[in-house]
Amino acid sequence: MNTNANLIAFKTITRREVIRILRIWMQTLLPSAITMTLYFVIFGRMVGSRIGAIADGIQYIDYIVPGLIMMAVITNSYGNISSSFFGAKFGRHVEEMLASPMPSWVILAGYVAGAMLRGLLVAAIVLAISLFFTRIHLYHPWVTFSTVLLTAAVFSLAGFVNAVYAKKFDDIALVPTFVLTPLTYLGGVFYSVNQLGTPWREISHANPILYMVNAFRWGLLGVSDVPLGVAFAVMLSFAVVLAAIGLHLLDRGIGLRS
Amino acid sequence: MTTTPALDVVELKKTYANGVEALKGVSLSVQPGDFFALLGPNGAGKSTLIGILSSLVNATGGDARVFGVSVRTQRSAAMRLIGLVPQELNFNMFEKPFDICVNQAGFYGIPRAVACERAEKYLKQLVLWDKAFEPARAMSGGMKRRLMIARAMMSEPKLLILDEPTAGVDIEIRRSMWKFISGINAAGTTVILTTHYLEEAEQLCRNIAIIDRGRIIENTSMKQLLSKLDVETFVLDLAQPCTALPDVSGVKLSHVDDVTIEAEMSREHDLNSLFATLSTRGVTVRSMRNKANRLEELFVRLVENGKVAA
Repeated sequence: MNTNANLIAFKTITRREVIRILRIWMQTLLPSAITMTLYFVIFGRMVGSRIGAIADGIQYIDYIVPGLIMMAVITNSYGNISSSFFGAKFGRHVEEMLASPMPSWVILAGYVAGAMLRGLLVAAIVLAISLFFTRIHLYHPWVTFSTVLLTAAVFSLAGFVNAVYAKKFDDIALVPTFVLTPLTYLGGVFYSVNQLGTPWREISHANPILYMVNAFRWGLLGVSDVPLGVAFAVMLSFAVVLAAIGLHLLDRGIGLRS
Repeated sequence: MTTTPALDVVELKKTYANGVEALKGVSLSVQPGDFFALLGPNGAGKSTLIGILSSLVNATGGDARVFGVSVRTQRSAAMRLIGLVPQELNFNMFEKPFDICVNQAGFYGIPRAVACERAEKYLKQLVLWDKAFEPARAMSGGMKRRLMIARAMMSEPKLLILDEPTAGVDIEIRRSMWKFISGINAAGTTVILTTHYLEEAEQLCRNIAIIDRGRIIENTSMKQLLSKLDVETFVLDLAQPCTALPDVSGVKLSHVDDVTIEAEMSREHDLNSLFATLSTRGVTVRSMRNKANRLEELFVRLVENGKVAA
């Protein structure tokens, strides 16, 4: 297909994904709004007021805002693509795309764009909620925006790989429950890893989510536990590797074609 | 001058991961504009063959070319030429038929304005327009089958493959589907049809291939195939009970019940002598019909012969 045809195909998948997200907004947008409101009330207001300043004179509630936004981006971009693509596999309507002239990369890009848009939409909702509890100063807008985009892309791609391998609905719930949630909680969302002793501080640096949370925190608050260059290198590396895996799976039809 | 076949399948093989050899070197050719029947018993390899043609199944060996374009090496270009109506329902039940059709066109790179026009055209032609904006799950079985035909037509393919499109559909809807597909074929689209309704294949198709256990056992014109049928069986409904059957030269008579008999005879034998003999014996025939569809008889014989040979 030529460039224009590929663009139409890409827009078709993305549009379908966005319509799906908005149609089932109570499942896709509302849960994060409620969960994050609870985090702000309990950890930010109730617990945070007793903790006070945590790093460089930053109040605890301000400190956790970037982490909570990233947590929402991670779970929503991952959850969107894994449930949507696996649903298409399960309902067999993935065949509409597999039997079409669309190249693999357009299918992947369309689904990833849809999942990223959900991640960004939820990030905007959580950011809006946080404004009821604190004031946000955007220190580095481009770092903030590029971090949220890269994080959404990384977890959309990871969710896609999960959906391709999944054979039943349980398989798409395992990774978020047993991998993503622990890594997110241990990724410096609620604390600075510099406060940890050896070896936990060093072990925390093996967690990729730490780099995403801290790059985003740098963008919003101007503080970070990790060098910004390393954080972007980690995010870009994951994005490239996962995109290559996703394309390979689609090209070879692994888990999709008999 | 030679024309490029609409479909040229050469030594196509497929062995699944569990070791099942679904296709054992299938070769066949379908000419442009043909209405081609691909028949075979369950598990013969029809759906695997169609799966390979639509790139949903990876072939183990051989190749298939659609209007000269290889399905294996030029997948994208080949898929632009094919429209597929699969055996199983495979659209999103939560979407609306109009959106399903427009999205399908989008996957082929067709601009949205054109897609909307085509969706309206084909949904109207297939009498689905009044359901176009309701969730597809609310439609009846026959409507869902017609929706898959409308969806396949969105790219206006040169080769339309229909895998049992009328399965489980009532006769009225089936006939309306035949009319639509015949119209598509008359307009120049090559059609490949698999069906278990052999009457359907006999009425619609000009050429035929029969596949059994992964091999093509017959590939000829419908006319030639039917001419091979040397014996026909008629069912005769009698006016009064007849206990003793008369002897009629060249005709094998047998009882179904007291007032029904079967007459098996060669195609060369004329019916006049049968009726004359029955009449002299005081047997009055009220009505007569073919015991089975002609193609059905041939199909059963070919498949049975294949089993014996195997």
